[in-house]
Amino acid sequence: MTDLDETDRQILRALARDARASAGKLGRQLGLSQPATWRRIRRLEEAGILAGRRLRLNHAALGFGVTVFLGVKLATKGRVSLEDFERAVTAIPEVQVVQHVLGLYDYRLRVVARDLPDFERVLRRRIMALPGVGEVEANVLLSEERLSGPLG
Amino acid sequence: MHSLDDTDRRLLRQLQADPTLSTADLADRAGITAPTCWRRLEKLERAGVIEGMEAAIDWRALGYAVEVSLRVTLDKTERAAFDDFLAAAREVPEVNEIQTFLGRVDVRLNVLARDMAHYQEIYRSRILTLPHIADIEALMLVATVQNREALPL
Repeated sequence: MTDLDETDRQILRALARDARASAGKLGRQLGLSQPATWRRIRRLEEAGILAGRRLRLNHAALGFGVTVFLGVKLATKGRVSLEDFERAVTAIPEVQVVQHVLGLYDYRLRVVARDLPDFERVLRRRIMALPGVGEVEANVLLSEERLSGPLG
Repeated sequence: MHSLDDTDRRLLRQLQADPTLSTADLADRAGITAPTCWRRLEKLERAGVIEGMEAAIDWRALGYAVEVSLRVTLDKTERAAFDDFLAAAREVPEVNEIQTFLGRVDVRLNVLARDMAHYQEIYRSRILTLPHIADIEALMLVATVQNREALPL
């Protein structure tokens, strides 16, 4: 479903900011009735465009001061080694995001840690111990902006 | 740092695992009553621990089949390199994430495109024209194996 109109895009933008906004409240902002808004949200859900929710937590307030993006190159490749690597890397609690990519690295990971010594522990004991792991590059996150992207 | 007790942790763990849970179901899973659950959530929100809840958008379902992570190194001899680059990158409609780093890479842009032809057009006309780029590397997304922005509480 790619035939979205401007109202659909406005709904998506609003829900991307606050998924808990009710159909009634959204409708009032957009000049739509509550049932009409609700039908549009349902349609976006059924098309798989609205795909669940994400809880946004304040990392620093919870004691997680460091986020690191890792590029990982596998030393050995092949279907089995990819599966082994993926199974092991998704079992590490500090690893949030695992993406299989094409390019200089085979995987990109997003890792959280309490501080730099904690990150070093995760890197040495967990990441470097993954099956098939080769070269690893770490970049420490300084700032992050999420934009609405092609939704305008 | 906000001090959490075991109940808060249990609550946040359950809510991270399934953010669509109603307060009643969440209370049930955390082993507390619904009013207690509601009060604690309220408190965590007031303290700024819970910042919000956002809808996850599936870009592929929206027709954006190509997702590329662009890793940019800037020309740091230029004093305003970061500010100029970031301001210009924000204006590219297909960029949906911008991160800055301490490391070999200075900035990462997440770029969404409908197909490879569309990506090439964005790359040539909108990305390579951004100011102060010293080097740029692309990682093309094959598959997201895991996307769980949860904290190990």
